[in-house]
Amino acid sequence: MDLSILIQTIASGVMVGGLYALIALGMTLIFGVMRIINLAHGEFLMVGMYVSYILFTHYGVDPYLSIFVSMPILFCLGILIQRYIILPVIKAKAPGENQILLTAGIGLVMTNAAILIFTSDYHTVLTSYSNATVHFGNISLSKPLVWDFLISFGITGAMYLFLMKTDIGCSIRAVEQNIDSARLMGINTDRIMIITFGVGAALVGAAGTLFMPIYYVFPAIGEAFTLKAFIVVVLGGMGSALGALVGGIALGVTEQFGAAYISMGLKDGLGFVIFILVLIFKPSGLVGKSRF
Amino acid sequence: MKWENIMNTQKYLIISFLMVALIFPIVVENEYVLHLLILIAMWTILGSTWNLLGGYAGQVSFGHAAFFGIGAYTACILNTKYGVSLWSGLLYAGIAGTIISVPIGAISFRLRGPYLSLSVLAFAAVLRLITLDWASFTGGAVGILLVQPIVSSKASFYYLIVGLAIIALLVINNVLKRRMGYYFIALREDEDAAEALGIYTTRYKLLALSISAFFTGIMGAFYANYTSYIDPYIVFSIGDVSIAMVLVVVLGGIGTFWGPLFGSTVVVLLSECFRNYFAGASVLVYGALIIIVIMFLPKGIVGSFKKRFKIA
Repeated sequence: MDLSILIQTIASGVMVGGLYALIALGMTLIFGVMRIINLAHGEFLMVGMYVSYILFTHYGVDPYLSIFVSMPILFCLGILIQRYIILPVIKAKAPGENQILLTAGIGLVMTNAAILIFTSDYHTVLTSYSNATVHFGNISLSKPLVWDFLISFGITGAMYLFLMKTDIGCSIRAVEQNIDSARLMGINTDRIMIITFGVGAALVGAAGTLFMPIYYVFPAIGEAFTLKAFIVVVLGGMGSALGALVGGIALGVTEQFGAAYISMGLKDGLGFVIFILVLIFKPSGLVGKSRF
Repeated sequence: MKWENIMNTQKYLIISFLMVALIFPIVVENEYVLHLLILIAMWTILGSTWNLLGGYAGQVSFGHAAFFGIGAYTACILNTKYGVSLWSGLLYAGIAGTIISVPIGAISFRLRGPYLSLSVLAFAAVLRLITLDWASFTGGAVGILLVQPIVSSKASFYYLIVGLAIIALLVINNVLKRRMGYYFIALREDEDAAEALGIYTTRYKLLALSISAFFTGIMGAFYANYTSYIDPYIVFSIGDVSIAMVLVVVLGGIGTFWGPLFGSTVVVLLSECFRNYFAGASVLVYGALIIIVIMFLPKGIVGSFKKRFKIA
């Protein structure tokens, strides 16, 4: 086994894993507060990708700058969906499967609306740095991927500060721990749920924008990423933000290993294998129940 | 009305319904109407068999496409590669669904609630990836074309699916009337209490899953025959198979025997109505329907009706 290939594989796995972590962070946050698995999560990613695609092709905005547009748009979209569709159902005390089915329905509507608007074609953005590489000693990495990793790391850090230092962040963590006590302490839990969903959508929208320079977008892309986010969340432990980071990097490295040493086609399958192994041997996830 | 009377009227209703169903193709020779009825019957079976696991035993699965796809591929591969007749293929498809359901269930049933639902979904995705990648055996993304399906005319397909529907509904009805049917409901109502009362919860969950997977597998084989072409994206589809099965049941009324029939009728007719408007995006209707049903009709058609008229 060539050592430099090994290091190369691990390094690019960690980079991709940082993006997966960003996607899963939104899902785990939503799950922690609302106890809902958001099956429309990948569709939010798709919306984020289309936002930066449109901005790039029509207005020539650099994909990395469009993050400042895609995050607010996704935040508003998330807030509207939560306020008018999901919250009424949660308040009606619908059974869990109805709530998941509801998010799946939202996802289907978003995918098919995208098909109607953009057709099923694949789109990419070609920037001056799309094919640029960075060299660290022996290994070379795609330049946009390194940027993606750094920015997603920055966003994750900002998220950490938001949750730990701000009032709203404290309220979110309180609702996560015990919703009834939080309500008794005078926290407006409905408002917190709405904000959390918006933040979760904004995080995954940012991830979508970051994905755009290294990936292509098409309407049905969401499904695969919803599954990936779910795998990451289970890997790391449900509702654990540190878990999302660990799980994301674990999945990224596993996939890169699969692609490098087994076959490109089965690289996604390897993630599922890890997922099944975790379900069998450590159902609470790699990091267990710890939060931040 | 006394309970016996209700039972009797129900019996006569079912018998007259069956009579109409049997002579229907002789009277009406419109192929399109038959096609719709075939779809309705197919989705009724799929819904009912999902309902046994999800509605009665309370183990909600979002991955029944796994069993549907395995059934479809078993029948097609056995036929095209080994020359096994498609009629026995129907049976083998069911058996294959059951066989694959045991390991999936054994692993997934370690989890509960939404985790369970989604881990079955992940298994369906794994099976799709394997089918795509193992092109030498499954044909990969190209799929499999059945040159000569099981029967050729629409009317024969109609009789086949009505026959299958009668068998499936009788079996499910019988299961629910037996002791295990009550065990299933006990599982749904309170799993821990059921376990405390001495019910082997995992064993009965697996039993419900394997019965459900058996009929789902058969339906996969039927679908392969009916469309005479399958590929991994069609038969392992999350939206078109797994979610649609749940939708049929939730729309009709989860945990009600006749719910899937109503649900599939509404879903099939509505998606046919809208097919012309959203050519490439016909699933849009599913999605919108899911949102509307869950927001405004959470107990489904039969469930809401029962609640309003206080029928047990």
